[in-house]
Amino acid sequence: MPEVLSAPLVVEFPFTRSLGPVQSAFLTGLRERTVLGVRTGDGKVLVPPVEYDPVTAEEIRDLVEVAATGTVTTWAWNPAPRRDQPLDTPFAWVLVRLDGADTALLHVLDAPGPEAVRTGMRVRVRWAADRTGAITDIACFEPYEGDADGSRPAPHSGEFTDPVTTIVTPARLDYTYTPGRAQTAYINALAERRTVGERCPSCRKVYVPPRGACPTCGVATAEPVEVGPRGTVTTYCVVNIKAAHTANLGIEVPYVYAHIALDGADLALHGRIGGIPYDQVRMGLRVEPVWTEGGRYPDHYRPTGEPDADYDTYKELL
Amino acid sequence: MRDVAIVAFAQTGHRRRTDELSEVDMLMPVLHQVLGETGLKARDIGFTCSGSSDYLAGRAFSFTMALDGVGAHPPISESHVEMDGAWALYEAWVKLQTGEADTALVYAYGKSSPGEVRDVLTRQLDPYYVAPLWPDSVALAALQAQALIDTGAADEAALAEVAARSRTDAAANPYAQLTGDVPAGDYLVRPLRTGDCPPVGDGAAAVVLAVGDTARALCARPAWIRGIDHRIEAHGLGVRDLTDSPSTRLAAERAGAFERPVDTAELHAPFTSQEVVLRTALGLGDEVSVNPSGGALAANPVMAAGLVRLGEAAARIHRGESDRALAHATSGPCLQQNLVAVLEGESAHA
Repeated sequence: MPEVLSAPLVVEFPFTRSLGPVQSAFLTGLRERTVLGVRTGDGKVLVPPVEYDPVTAEEIRDLVEVAATGTVTTWAWNPAPRRDQPLDTPFAWVLVRLDGADTALLHVLDAPGPEAVRTGMRVRVRWAADRTGAITDIACFEPYEGDADGSRPAPHSGEFTDPVTTIVTPARLDYTYTPGRAQTAYINALAERRTVGERCPSCRKVYVPPRGACPTCGVATAEPVEVGPRGTVTTYCVVNIKAAHTANLGIEVPYVYAHIALDGADLALHGRIGGIPYDQVRMGLRVEPVWTEGGRYPDHYRPTGEPDADYDTYKELL
Repeated sequence: MRDVAIVAFAQTGHRRRTDELSEVDMLMPVLHQVLGETGLKARDIGFTCSGSSDYLAGRAFSFTMALDGVGAHPPISESHVEMDGAWALYEAWVKLQTGEADTALVYAYGKSSPGEVRDVLTRQLDPYYVAPLWPDSVALAALQAQALIDTGAADEAALAEVAARSRTDAAANPYAQLTGDVPAGDYLVRPLRTGDCPPVGDGAAAVVLAVGDTARALCARPAWIRGIDHRIEAHGLGVRDLTDSPSTRLAAERAGAFERPVDTAELHAPFTSQEVVLRTALGLGDEVSVNPSGGALAANPVMAAGLVRLGEAAARIHRGESDRALAHATSGPCLQQNLVAVLEGESAHA
């Protein structure tokens, strides 16, 4: 068996999220170096604040301001910071109960080493230089010698000029994608300008592209079968919106995207139809793949010039 | 209530990487095994439900490809949870209770090898206050472990004993990934060392559920689900007492776990400190055999590890090694969500 293919796969998504009244006040407050909490029905102060009481599920809006100093309730020393974590030098993860709050906030503590950290130690917020209204406006916590002053948290309207109402949270995850045996064989064959499917040992159907299993019988497919290169358009659609992806900018609209049953295959694959005006593509049109110079897969399919296939020859593959 | 039992269980050998296998390649052997053991064909199954996560695969709707391994054409009655397969089993149990099906196939799979599972799991966290800090799954478990150590309920040596016992027990489990004498290792995130953390790996599992006499016909000693319940706690980590697991205790109470003693407990505790928290929350004494399979410290295929706990507990009942077992699954950071089932075998003379 040839070595399986693998390739880097990066998934990135910048989610835009609306905040609602409580989260908006909290994150805008951080931008203004003000830490807000919310008071529950039984008088507890939650920092960070939430819109609904975790115990009673009642809506809560009673905002209060708490101190930017607090006490570590638990901690964990991270000797090897990972990408996107708040500090790039070794740090402690901490839950900090800010003075005036009854619950703890998760963040990081800048400390020289684990021996400098303990549960119960006093810390204070180190503000980020550039603040936008995000949890990262707290750059980190740092050790602080002062005691809690013990005063009650002050009521706060939660109103600021130019409030932050949405946040954008970028996320990136890196993968190494391996398509497995069946698709590796398919992709490798395509690079040699051959199309190879796999036959189900039970129902004898030939699946192209092969996915390693017959969805009818639920068994592994293994017997390779070369199909095509010619095939029949079984159905199609006309695409009127230009592709946004840079790899496809050269494709003019309208164009036709079709299901194509390659000769010898029992499943239609899909591809773009070229070499014919879009409004002349039809069911039954006979087509063949076109490779561009150096291409590892067909760029598109074009008419072969043969007579159209009889409907009965492909009606089971629609 | 209808009597529902786990009548078959299969799992893959869990491995660090399975590059040569697609998800469906990995899954098919366990599907075939549970169907083969019961003599059922996919056609005969009344309901199918799976658990997995697109974030592990990095692809949308990744479960639809895995469904090819079931034989979903002609159409079957099927559902999916973006969670551990233990919750898929719960959905299937509910379906059987409605009377709309008499048998169910439940499966779960996860390949952690394509990505960095510590980073991937940050995407399940509160996206406003927590996820932007990228606290990885080991870091959050380490905060819980330190909180536990601060109470005096455990120390690093006690945690190391949990790890050693789990991996020693796992030596008898041919499917386990990490077995035997595993060094405690360096701190990954202090106070957790590599030995306190689960192996990262790929794997799959499947079970068949059946009701009443159907179950008796399919299995010599069905593992009857006498109770099953799941509960969740506040998502804010700083709101919770991380040294306790009240949701596990409540789920266990509702599942009837405290009505009579259990002899076996399969606990889904990926980190050593979490086993200590769960044992205390469930009031398990030394007379209970905890994680004889080695538990998640020996193999932790994300999204399948909870279903494996239910399957391992059931398999002990099938083999006559247990009469009444507790199975537990968890999801989310620091034991946020917990499912408990109580499984029993019928006595031999019944």
